[in-house]
Amino acid sequence: MNRESINATILFIGLVLLQIIVLNNINFLGYINPFLYILFIFYYPLKKIDYNIILLSFFLGLAIDYFSNTGGINAAATLFIAFVRIPVLKVVIGKRELDYSSLSIDKLPFGRKYTYILTLTLIHHFIVFGLEYFKWSSFGIILLKTLLTTVFTMILVMISFTFVSRK
Amino acid sequence: MQQILSFFLKNKHFLLFLLLQLIAIIFTIQSHSFHRSKFINSANFITGGIYNKINNVKEFILLKKENVRLAQENVELKNLLNLKGVSDSAIVKSVIDTTNYYQKYDYIAAKIINNDFRKSNNYLTLNKGTSNGIKSDLGVVNSKGIVGITKSTSNNYTTVLSVLNVNYQINVRLVSSDHFGSLSWDSKDYRTVQLLYLPIQASIKIGDTIITGGRSTIFPEGIPVGTIKSFNTNNNNYENINVTLFNDMSALSYVEIIDNLDKKEIKNLEEKSSHE
Repeated sequence: MNRESINATILFIGLVLLQIIVLNNINFLGYINPFLYILFIFYYPLKKIDYNIILLSFFLGLAIDYFSNTGGINAAATLFIAFVRIPVLKVVIGKRELDYSSLSIDKLPFGRKYTYILTLTLIHHFIVFGLEYFKWSSFGIILLKTLLTTVFTMILVMISFTFVSRK
Repeated sequence: MQQILSFFLKNKHFLLFLLLQLIAIIFTIQSHSFHRSKFINSANFITGGIYNKINNVKEFILLKKENVRLAQENVELKNLLNLKGVSDSAIVKSVIDTTNYYQKYDYIAAKIINNDFRKSNNYLTLNKGTSNGIKSDLGVVNSKGIVGITKSTSNNYTTVLSVLNVNYQINVRLVSSDHFGSLSWDSKDYRTVQLLYLPIQASIKIGDTIITGGRSTIFPEGIPVGTIKSFNTNNNNYENINVTLFNDMSALSYVEIIDNLDKKEIKNLEEKSSHE
């Protein structure tokens, strides 16, 4: 095991425990709980083709699902953002080809970095609530929950990035 | 053939994603139907064990509230006991023949170790399982009223589908008349649930008490549910009957699971008559 994979393992377990023990019980305003565990996707090193992140994100989501009795909702959403993160990053940076050897989201300017994170967070939350309600008639409440939870998650993500810098 | 093969090799990445996404969606669909989500639930060794640990801490905080509830229940039961004593005092019985009594329901006490109330389908996890005689499809109550229905069981843990879910409806009736309705939830507020299919012949007013109907084999008749909070009438039909639950679903601790000992007999009989 190299250092990268040890870090990833600790982050994986830490985020799952944090999510199920603390964050799933916050219930701000009655029903808002941030999904900070997707921080894993933002921290994980960027590569052009990476099978690890696809598998890891699936199992990360599935672990959360196991604890919150949500079937495969979190797994589906997390897997999806892990898959689209490179295309989203390309759009945000505005380049067709990325130099993966020197690429790290810590080196991105503030605006681009958080546009990238915000986009992925919105997609993730929309899939989670969309699959949870799974009805067109609940579209309003899905959007509302997506937006409110995104705000909450973003605040926590920003705090995490400020205090924990990746070496 | 060559082309198909090279297509697969080129898009391995995408195909892996597609495969896993498919699995996730299947799990999701299974969780939306009541009886099928056997794979992903918190009634297993790992998740149940961790929730048990967390709950030991939480229980300490809820202890005071729980004591109050138990004290109230004790008072009610003692009052009931007194009532019996007075009416029986005229006839002095020396022998209690237990064959005269017939037990229809069996109660099992359990502790809630995980509680959801903010999703559209909420589940509770209990610290008792098949080794304590719990099966799926049993009613779960506490002294204040109904809580839910057991769903998946493992050796030592059980998940309970809470009354706060959008898929499953519970048969209920008014305490003042015999009109039946179904209890459902619109997933908006964890304190209020909705009463559906109540016929217009039933006269209701705000504050009326709702109890379980006993038409299903899950709950015995007469378990308290809640009181009517508000309702509309439209085209000679009741609409939007909101019911305030007696139970605070956000703060539950100890519950009882009700096993209907006649369930098998009733089900057999119903099956037999439907075949004839």
